[in-house]
Amino acid sequence: MSVFILRRLLQSALVMVAMASIVFFGIHMVGDPVYMFVSPDMDQADIEKVTRALGLDRPIWEQFWAFMTSAIQGDLGQSFVFGESALGLIVQRMPATLELAFAALFLAIVFGIPLGLYAGLYPDSKTSKTIMAGSILGFSLPTFWVGIMMIMVFAVVLGWLPSTGRGETVDVFGIELSFLTLDGLQHLALPALNLALLKISLVIRLTRAGTREAMLQDYIKFARAKGLSRSRIVGVHLLKNILIPVVTVLGLEFGSLVAFSVVTETIFAWPGMGKLLIESIQQLDRPVIVAYLMMIVFLFVVINLLVDIVYSLLDPRVRLADRGN
Amino acid sequence: MSKSPVLEVEDLKTHFFTKAGVARAVDGVSFSLARGEVLGLVGESGSGKTVTGFSLMGLVDPPGRVVGGSIRLAGEELVGKSERDWRSLRGRKIAMIFQDPMMTLNPVLRVDTQMIEAIRAHEHVSEEAARERARAALARVGIPSPDERLVAYPHQFSGGMRQRVAIAIALLNEPEVIVADEPTTALDVTIQAQILYEVQKLCAETGLAMIWITHDLAVVGGLADRVAVMYAGRIVEEGPVGEVLDGPLHPYTRGLIGSVPSHNQRGRRLTQIPGMAPSLLALPPGCSFAARCPRADAACTQMPELVSASDRRGVRCHHPHRPDEPAYEGGSA
Repeated sequence: MSVFILRRLLQSALVMVAMASIVFFGIHMVGDPVYMFVSPDMDQADIEKVTRALGLDRPIWEQFWAFMTSAIQGDLGQSFVFGESALGLIVQRMPATLELAFAALFLAIVFGIPLGLYAGLYPDSKTSKTIMAGSILGFSLPTFWVGIMMIMVFAVVLGWLPSTGRGETVDVFGIELSFLTLDGLQHLALPALNLALLKISLVIRLTRAGTREAMLQDYIKFARAKGLSRSRIVGVHLLKNILIPVVTVLGLEFGSLVAFSVVTETIFAWPGMGKLLIESIQQLDRPVIVAYLMMIVFLFVVINLLVDIVYSLLDPRVRLADRGN
Repeated sequence: MSKSPVLEVEDLKTHFFTKAGVARAVDGVSFSLARGEVLGLVGESGSGKTVTGFSLMGLVDPPGRVVGGSIRLAGEELVGKSERDWRSLRGRKIAMIFQDPMMTLNPVLRVDTQMIEAIRAHEHVSEEAARERARAALARVGIPSPDERLVAYPHQFSGGMRQRVAIAIALLNEPEVIVADEPTTALDVTIQAQILYEVQKLCAETGLAMIWITHDLAVVGGLADRVAVMYAGRIVEEGPVGEVLDGPLHPYTRGLIGSVPSHNQRGRRLTQIPGMAPSLLALPPGCSFAARCPRADAACTQMPELVSASDRRGVRCHHPHRPDEPAYEGGSA
C-alpha cells in the first residue's frame, strides 16, 4: 500500500508541474493586464512603472522561474487587483464552494441511487420510464438555463426560496457554513440542486445500468435460492456490488462539481471560488487565475488518490491484489 | 432404499412467452424422487433440464412461467404458491447449487456473511449459533480450517473450494431436496471426483435427495441411482442408472451414449446423432425426436406416451430398442 501511495504521489507531482507550465504560458498569451490598471491620461513612463511593479517587464522564462520557485514554497503570487496573496484569496472563498459541491454531491447520492435502483429493478414500469426521461433532461439541459429557470419559478414567481448569496452563516472553527442555519439552508437549496442536476442524472443512469447487469448474475439468483428476502438481496448483495462503479465515478466527478460551480455560483451570486475566477478573468488578474487552476488540478489529483483508496476498501479483490505484491 | 417419495413432479409445464412465440421449455415432465436418492437429469443444452430445476425452486423469471402440473414436496403442493411462501421454502426445504462456482458467491461479501444470512433468513437464531452451524457445514463438505475460511472472501478460494462452499450453504438448513445444476461441469476431473464422493456420502448419511442435472453421462453413471433423459422439454426415458446406460430403450438415449468416447470401445468411430435439437418455438407435432431418429415412421407423427417398459423403467417411444440389444451398432468403422 505505501509503495503504491508513494508512486502515486510522485506521479501527482509531475502532473502538477506539467499543469503549472501549461497554465502559466497559456495565460500569458491572453491580453496584457497592464492595460487594466492604467488610465488614459497616464504617460508612457507611468505605464512602465506599473509594468515593473507587477514584474511584467522581465522576460517570460524569468517570470516563470520566479513563479515556480515561489510556487514550490507555497506562494502562488500576489493578486494584481487585491494586492493580497492569490492563494489566500482562493482559500478564503473555498469553504463556500466546497459547501456547495458537497451539498450537490449529497443530493446526487440521495436522489440518484434510489431512483436508479428503482429504474433498474422495474425497467418496464411507467415510473421508471419517467425517471429515465427526466435523467435525459438533466443531462442535456444547460446548467445556466436551468439555474435561471429555477430562479424564475422558485424565487420570482413562487417566492419560496431566495436566489442570491449564502444567507446566515455559522462560524465553525473559523469556517463559515450556511447549511447549519435555516436561512442558510434556504439559500443553499437552489444552487445546490442546480449544480447537482447533472450528477443526479449520471448516478441514476449508472445505478440503473449496474442494477440491471447485476440482477442477471448468478450470485443474485443464488441469493434468491437461499430464500433471502428481497430487501436483503437488493440492499446488501446488489447494492454493495453496484456501489463500486458509482463511488469511483462520483469521486472523480467531485472535481468537476467544484469546477462546474463557476456557472452556478455566477448565476446565484454564491460567493465562492468560481465567482472569484470569473471576476479575475474579466480583470486579467493572472496570479489568481493561475492559482485557481493549480488549486483545481491539485483537487483532482487528491480526489483520484482518495478514490483509489476507497475503491480498495469496497472491493476485496483490489485489496488482495495489492497485498500480494 | 426407502420407497416414500419426497418429491413428486407431475406433468410440469414451464413455458416462456417471448415475442417470437411460446417456447415450451418444459412440457409435461413427471418424475418422483425418494429419500436418499440421486436422480440424474440428462440432456443436451436446451432440453429443458435447467428450467426444470428452476421450476422446482420457483425461480423461473419472466417471460417464463410455470403454466401447469404439480410439484409436491413432502406432500405439500408448491405450484401456485405465493412468492412469500416460496421464499420461505427456498433454502430451507429445497436448495440449489449452480453450475459456475466462480459466479454463485457474491464477490464482495465474506463467506461467513453469506452463510449466516442463509440461516437467519429462515430461523431466529443468534449470530454465534448461526456461525457455529456455518463452521460445521464447511467442515462437513471437507473444507480444511473452516474458522479461517469463514472470514475469507470468495476470490480467496479455488473453484472446487467455492463449489464446496456453495454445497455447504445448500446444506445449512438441512433441506429435503437439493437441485444441483451441473455443479461439477466447470471443475477439473480430480476436483469433480472429490465433490462427487462428498455428495454421495452426504446423501447416504443424511437421507438427502438430490436432482443432479448434467450432460455428462460418466458422472451420472458414477453418482446417480436413477436417470431421466430429457429431450425438447420432455422426459424420453427413465430408469435405474445401470439399466438405462447398459441397455437404452430410446433411440435418443442410444445416440447420447454412442457419442461418448469410452475405454472399452477404442478405435471405434463415435456415432453422432444427425441433425440438431428442434427449436422450442416450433416443435413438430408428434415425437420431437422423429426428425433425427433412424427408426421414425408414420406412427411417430403421434406423440408417444411415457410407457413403462418394466416395473422400474419408462420410455416415450413408438419403436423402442430391446434392453438386451448391444448399445453400439455397426461395431467396425
